[in-house]
Amino acid sequence: MRAAPQGAPRARGGPWGGAQGPRARGGPSHADVRAFLRGALANNVDKLTVPGKALYTCMLDESGGVRDDLIVYFLREDFFRLVVNAATADADVAWLSALRDARSPGMSIRPRTDFAMIAVQGPNARAKAWQALPGSEAATSALKPFSAAMWDDCFIARTGYTGEDGFEIVMPAARAAEVWAALVAAGVKPCGLGARDTLRLEAGMNLYGQDMDARTSPLESALAWTVDLESPRDFVGKAALVANPPVRQLVGLLLLDGGGVLRAHQAVRTAQGAGEITSGTFSPTMSRSIALARVPAGVATGDVVEVEVRDKRLRARVVKPPFVRNGAVKVSVE
Amino acid sequence: MNIPAHLRYTSSHEWLRRESDGTVTVGITDHAQGALGDLVFVELPAVGRKVAAGEACAVVESVKAASDVYAPLAGEVVAANEAVPAAPEAVNQDAYAAWLFRIRPTDPAAMDAMLDARGYQAVIGD
Repeated sequence: MRAAPQGAPRARGGPWGGAQGPRARGGPSHADVRAFLRGALANNVDKLTVPGKALYTCMLDESGGVRDDLIVYFLREDFFRLVVNAATADADVAWLSALRDARSPGMSIRPRTDFAMIAVQGPNARAKAWQALPGSEAATSALKPFSAAMWDDCFIARTGYTGEDGFEIVMPAARAAEVWAALVAAGVKPCGLGARDTLRLEAGMNLYGQDMDARTSPLESALAWTVDLESPRDFVGKAALVANPPVRQLVGLLLLDGGGVLRAHQAVRTAQGAGEITSGTFSPTMSRSIALARVPAGVATGDVVEVEVRDKRLRARVVKPPFVRNGAVKVSVE
Repeated sequence: MNIPAHLRYTSSHEWLRRESDGTVTVGITDHAQGALGDLVFVELPAVGRKVAAGEACAVVESVKAASDVYAPLAGEVVAANEAVPAAPEAVNQDAYAAWLFRIRPTDPAAMDAMLDARGYQAVIGD
């Protein structure tokens, strides 16, 4: 699976939103777009100072639940781009638009359903993309991870959802078939959603709607590192997060016994109480079953817990994801 | 699609072969293993277990999903192929060689009601 770079239309690609400041004279200043996002997103867009730089963040509701997770790109002070989950895109745009009406009425939010996105991921992904898109190398060879550049009518980001190097390429939808064919001709193998899900789980990345949703806090979803509670900045959901310290946590599990495969919704028994697997699979890279599970806050890395698989209880060890990064196993399998 | 003519089948994708001693060998079809993908876990019934027709008595689990395997006939489990849990990929390599268990049917004539190759072909529709 890792021998060749993969191309896959990402489920989280979906429509894009661009938040853009007004061009008319006399309207709100450019600074308003950044200020709006500073208050709308749980991570702090003030970390974005270089054009093209990306930031992973949650968007919360007032109760601190995760409305969506997304990547926000800083392009200009009056132009930020958001890549949200396809399944939540319409609700996200509606929610952001309502917030905009209340806080920054002069700003425009433009859903980009006219764009398509193709992810090319794997050890040779960038070289293959350059081969498929002649001329793109000069614009993107210096890109560091988690940054993006414009090239021709494409937006090329060194990001992904696989734990591998590569690009996510955004382009006018009308051009997607031609770009796909060029990538395949360059030797990129099409990859289905099942393989993508295996890779993202090996990489320890959450899937929205499965590992977290509006009923869970980012602090109980292993996403505290994306939530800025340090700065005095206020954002939607902050008060609820501060008022409700986490009592659960999202951890990795490595199955120690044979007898099955860890799957979502299996019950987990720990010394501190009950938990549940949110995503589970068999890792082809590790030849072991792995999972993400939400368990009580007191459970520690290295603990051995029990998972109910059909009529059996199987032992699993609590580990800290990622399980795999860039093809290398990152947790001890003994 | 590999559907040997000398075997019988169920609509739940088991294959059956009548042995000379009157027992019936059961496995999952090539179509089933292809749909499941790479098998990573197989659990077989204990020898001596009495099973009803249609009772779940084995589990095959792939990277994608876990599936029950049903006893096609009522009877007693008289053998289980323990080589398969040790190497589940054998089912992907040759689903008709990697049998799962043998049943001594209560009613040997029940075998005649099972699908033949053409009938199974119609079930999977290609």
